[in-house]
Amino acid sequence: MPRRDDIQKILVIGSGPIVIGQSAEFDYSGTQACKALKQDGYEVVLVNSNPATIMTDPELADRTYIEPLTLAYVEEIICVECAMMPAGSGKFALLPTVGGQTALNLAVELADSGILEKYGVEMIGARLEAIKKAEDRLLFKDAMVRIGLEVSRSVLVNNLRDGLDFAGKIGFPILIRPSFTLGGSGGGIAYNREELMEILARGLDLSPVHECLIEESVLGWKEYELEVMRDLADNVIIVCSIENFDPMGVHTGDSITVAPAQTLTDREYQKMRDAAIAVMREIGVETGGSNVQFAVNPTDGRMTVIEMNPRVSRSSALASKATGFPIAKIAAKLAVGYTLDEIPNDITRMTPACFEPTIDYVVTKIPKWQFEKFPGADDTLGPQMKSVGEAMAIGRTFKESLMKALRSLETGKKTGSEELDPRRLLQRLVTPQPERLNYVRFAFERGMSVRDVARYTGMDPWFLHHVREIAIEQKQMAQHGPENITALQLRRWKRMGFSDERIANEWKLEGHEGVRTVRELRYRHGIRPIYKLVDTCAAEFESHTPYFYSSYDEEDEAPPTAKRKIIILGSGPNRIGQGIEFDYCCCHAAFALKDDGYETIMVNCNPETVSTDYDTSDRLYFEPLTLEDVLAIYEHESAGGAEVGMIVQFGGQTPLNLAQRLRKAGVPIIGTSPESIDLAEDRKQFGKLLEDLSIPQPAGGTATSVEQALAVAERVGYPVLVRPSYVLGGRAMVIAYDAQEVARYMTTAVEYSSDRPVLIDHFLEAAIEVDVDALCDSEDVVIAAIMQHIEEAGIHSGDSSCVLPPVSIRPTTLEVIRDYTRKLARALSVVGLVNLQFAIQRDDEGVDHVFVIEVNPRASRTVPYVSKATGVPLARIASRLMTGRKLRELLPEAAASGKDLDPGAHFYVKSPVFPWGKFPGVDTVLSPEMKSTGEVMGVAANFGEAFAKAQLSAGQQLPSSGTVFFSVNDHDKTAAVRLARRYVELGFQLVATEGTANALEADGMNVERVFKVKEGRPNIVDLIKGERIQLIINTPRGQDTIFDEKAIRRAAVLARVPTITTIAAAHAAAEGIAAMQRHKTTVYSLQQLHPLPAIRS
Amino acid sequence: MQATLALEDGRIFAGEGYGAPGEALGEVVFNTSLTGYQEIATDPSYAGQIVVMTNPQIGNYGTNEADNEAAKPYIEGLIVREFSPVSSNWRSERVTDEYMERYNVPVLADIDTRALVRHLRTHGVMRGCISTVDSNPQSLIAKARSIPRMDGMDLARVVSTPSPYTFASTDALAETDDPLLLAPSADAKDQPLLHVVAYDFGIKRNILRMLTREGCRVTVVPAQTTADQVMELKPDGVFLSNGPGDPEPVDYAVKAIRQMMGRVPIFGICLGHQLTGLALGGKTYKLKFGHHGGNHPVKNMTNGKVEITAHNHNFAVDPESINANEVKLTHVDLNDNTLEGLRHKSLPLFSVQYHPEAAPGPHDSNYLFHDFRRMMEEWKG
Repeated sequence: MPRRDDIQKILVIGSGPIVIGQSAEFDYSGTQACKALKQDGYEVVLVNSNPATIMTDPELADRTYIEPLTLAYVEEIICVECAMMPAGSGKFALLPTVGGQTALNLAVELADSGILEKYGVEMIGARLEAIKKAEDRLLFKDAMVRIGLEVSRSVLVNNLRDGLDFAGKIGFPILIRPSFTLGGSGGGIAYNREELMEILARGLDLSPVHECLIEESVLGWKEYELEVMRDLADNVIIVCSIENFDPMGVHTGDSITVAPAQTLTDREYQKMRDAAIAVMREIGVETGGSNVQFAVNPTDGRMTVIEMNPRVSRSSALASKATGFPIAKIAAKLAVGYTLDEIPNDITRMTPACFEPTIDYVVTKIPKWQFEKFPGADDTLGPQMKSVGEAMAIGRTFKESLMKALRSLETGKKTGSEELDPRRLLQRLVTPQPERLNYVRFAFERGMSVRDVARYTGMDPWFLHHVREIAIEQKQMAQHGPENITALQLRRWKRMGFSDERIANEWKLEGHEGVRTVRELRYRHGIRPIYKLVDTCAAEFESHTPYFYSSYDEEDEAPPTAKRKIIILGSGPNRIGQGIEFDYCCCHAAFALKDDGYETIMVNCNPETVSTDYDTSDRLYFEPLTLEDVLAIYEHESAGGAEVGMIVQFGGQTPLNLAQRLRKAGVPIIGTSPESIDLAEDRKQFGKLLEDLSIPQPAGGTATSVEQALAVAERVGYPVLVRPSYVLGGRAMVIAYDAQEVARYMTTAVEYSSDRPVLIDHFLEAAIEVDVDALCDSEDVVIAAIMQHIEEAGIHSGDSSCVLPPVSIRPTTLEVIRDYTRKLARALSVVGLVNLQFAIQRDDEGVDHVFVIEVNPRASRTVPYVSKATGVPLARIASRLMTGRKLRELLPEAAASGKDLDPGAHFYVKSPVFPWGKFPGVDTVLSPEMKSTGEVMGVAANFGEAFAKAQLSAGQQLPSSGTVFFSVNDHDKTAAVRLARRYVELGFQLVATEGTANALEADGMNVERVFKVKEGRPNIVDLIKGERIQLIINTPRGQDTIFDEKAIRRAAVLARVPTITTIAAAHAAAEGIAAMQRHKTTVYSLQQLHPLPAIRS
Repeated sequence: MQATLALEDGRIFAGEGYGAPGEALGEVVFNTSLTGYQEIATDPSYAGQIVVMTNPQIGNYGTNEADNEAAKPYIEGLIVREFSPVSSNWRSERVTDEYMERYNVPVLADIDTRALVRHLRTHGVMRGCISTVDSNPQSLIAKARSIPRMDGMDLARVVSTPSPYTFASTDALAETDDPLLLAPSADAKDQPLLHVVAYDFGIKRNILRMLTREGCRVTVVPAQTTADQVMELKPDGVFLSNGPGDPEPVDYAVKAIRQMMGRVPIFGICLGHQLTGLALGGKTYKLKFGHHGGNHPVKNMTNGKVEITAHNHNFAVDPESINANEVKLTHVDLNDNTLEGLRHKSLPLFSVQYHPEAAPGPHDSNYLFHDFRRMMEEWKG
């Protein structure tokens, strides 16, 4: 069946902000789908609230709406789009299967509420009944029983009593899975009644349909996943099989997974394949990709179906990267009528997409967790996903791919420095948590048998055998040294997958020097990696897609070309503070430089991204971002004799950390020099530079001991901001109000050394913070955006909402900021992008003082947001500047006039999204340490509405009426009065605690008083739980009230009441509420906001 | 244990030896199946061949009696990237290494198998020699060149059963615990048993199991059984099995097929298909590097659907040589347009080049056994 000609326009729904369980993989799938549909001549309309995505680039769709993913806004988009279709045009369709659970749920809502029918929109890719059958636990179970497949015994409940009854019948442990939540949100394993009540109550609450499945536990069974595709002609293929290293009980997203499946006989595998196909047919997924998960009892092979997702998923992104088969792209084509045999396989070109990829390597994915960001969070892994990103590695053997994946994780810990406690060994093996693999290796080092480790962990002995071999080999290594090692032995270790760093560590060779010693020894023996191709067919056919991975086998398949080339270093696994924004920049560099005639070479190890799509660059090396691996690629590519340049400023901190060493090894880094990057990080040098330029910064100093730190703090004056050098996302950054806190920080919080001292600055209280992104070609500077933070200084910029253009900064102050920006960009000889942070403090005379907080001569997190707000693709221009082109050529008008890029007549608000829901019990207060996982953008003709939209997109539905709870610190009392008055004007009632209530009453407002938690009952937490409060405004007050504040914020998260922790944000919220009360729903497409982007390439 | 592979064109690969020590000679072919190394090793169609597995991790799940496709392995040697010294699966009865040693199959591991596969893809299948005793390249190359080429070789006669035997559902039950194979197909349930005479050119056990699943009682006969001898057994249908080597020298079977055509329903698989092609007056030819794997898309020209199928063939029937007036070309490989199936327009006769019995491989084409049963029922009237 060929392309459907009756469809004219297709609405694609994205997945919204990056959250745990829904990450960059949906940018990858959405981007692929949009590209495929556009290429096929359809009019593509996209909605996604996340501006950091490639999919929301205006080129990828005909109209791109960065709007809240809610019923009201999407209905408005559908309405607007329908009105644009002339009479007699083709159908309007909706593709809901490439935007994760968010898109699927929204599509179901649109269908159920009759909106699709009202506007005549047809759902393609998955029928409503199929989605419901797959997602509704009970319907799914019935369907499985109908086709003779086993499922775990389970019952669907919507109250605690039924759950307890069922548990009474089948016993503990027992699994709780809320219906219709993503990433297993709210799920858990209960080992007793108490835990069951707690998890079930939370699960019922989180489920949009107030329903949970309580399920017999198959803890310890083996877990598998098959990626399945089906077309309208009922052709079905399995793209990839995945086997989990961690047994059942750990969410797949939190499991180490391996492709292809390793320990199934053909008979078992085919039984699973038959089952997966039967599931597809029974559920009725007519077209597209789905995944089906199975549990297998390792003792008798009994197989049960766990679940299926009738859409592309995290696993399908992984399967696409693991096999080279572009699932989302093909899924989009199938949705518009093509059959699998009509679509060519991109990689072989000669064969069709209707086949099952076979792979001749092993792929390992390891999740990345960041519990260190959330003190107090439970780091036990279970049915609810907790990881923030993942790294994937390809190797010729399991051992090689496992070790490559491990070093791709960039744990930041020194190789071999894991702290393993022998007394906790057993507990660590039995209870899944992030360090479990280290403990497995540790167990083998201590002589434990595979059999015993398998018994404790439930991991398959085959996998364990390999980990044991690694552990043993590593012990062996210590017997040798660089003096007595043979070439044969060294090659054997490299072939197994050991890094130079690991070998150096076992040889007790210290630091970077030690690693270099191993590298040079290796070179002397001629031991260098070769590159093999990912080709979907295990070399059976010739392939044309330059998608490579390294190994220490014999034959190289990636001879360098003679073309001049640029290597772009990606940003590695997603993490808080370094996410999709950087991938966005890397992709744009590849697009722009490809257009300019360079061969673009991408290096990255994150399977969720667009950068690791083989379509993005001319060559893709799916490799860890370590010095060893990057250098090897550089040497391999430069062996062709062509000119090579490397870009390190787009991938966040990961490539920057390598920059100096790469340069020392002779790699030509293009753009801002690594020296300038270092200068901006170096306290002393940078301080000197600011002095020379007469630019003020908050008083500060560095310290490498407690005594020094206290002395510096004393000198600059409290409060102080303390943080380690070289971090992104404000890792371990705190505001200390007294000597005690500083001392505690220095003794417990961070590691520091003479070349990495702790930085201590005076903290500017009540200052307004500003972010600036600018482009510079070392001579001219174009200011792309001045963004005003909505929260006050002291909250990490990534966690702060901000607005473009600024709404309350004096023009004269803006001029000062511009002046400082230009001076600094020139002084640092920036070539490319630079991000600056300023704080504006107004003194008692009303005079603004501008301080530089920091300068980062690299792409920042705000680049995609600013690009969308201004319609100018910053990263593309920056990458061209790095190749020597000039701003006068690329942005002639702005370069000549010195004017900022123009965001036009609208306001663009960026707001962060936090993972609080995943970490119950963790304090939700914002601090200088970044905690948000993603961001959204709201756009409107006025600031208030833009803010309200951004809040809505971030999951904070501001109330339009009801009761506001106020509890503010003394410092904020005056401001709070003005604020409260505004809420009263908007029709809200007020509730406040003693001190705040006094202040408000003194100003003549009616306030209901409430107890603090410590004072008695009913207290504020009771009110929140009783749904009496619709909005919380609670500014932190330091040590005294910390208990109360935590209790309030925790209750608020559970009750999902929006909480605002700064006065500035509370004002913005008031304006947002006012806008909501005034306005109907308005939507804007990027193409309409910026009809003619300054540069289109 | 060191081991070396030498190819007839002089290419050498040195690695580690597992399984049986010694030497193996054969035509080197690669197989792209991810699972099923034991079924592949014991498939008589691989007689005379050394098999390279493209999946780098082999031996992981051990071996067991039920997964044997014949009484013993038929491959001459096995080449893998990494060979598992341990086995992990509840069905495993013997570690793969021990199994190969017991059946005298040398295993060469730790070589760059992808380089070898690319070499074979570019230059075509060729003869080779694996040795754990001789590491002299020149002598190994000479040994590789010393064996006869596969073209023109009648290996079916060599691997065939020496005397007839019967195979009934009780035999299948004794061999397997796979519920899929044991459950009789829905249509065959409660129907009278049909008698199938199966020519053994190297027949796989799973073909026998699939036939019994369709309610057949099978008499397996040697390759050189004549048409008259078969017809004397009063079969409801005749099955032509898979097998190794070149179909052309198996002229005795071609003759027998010609004599039976139209007198009894016939179903052929793999070599059985090639022999059918020859019997219909067609020609066969050798593919450059053959089809060996479990992921080949085959289009069923009758209903337009694509089946993912298991393949193991070096030879193929030339579609141009088939009389289109008499014979319908029913199946085509979508990767390279190789003819994969045919059906006579008026006589009860059809055959496929690939392996609907799977083992190893996908079950998408199981229906062909059912089609065969229907054909026999219709013929019986």
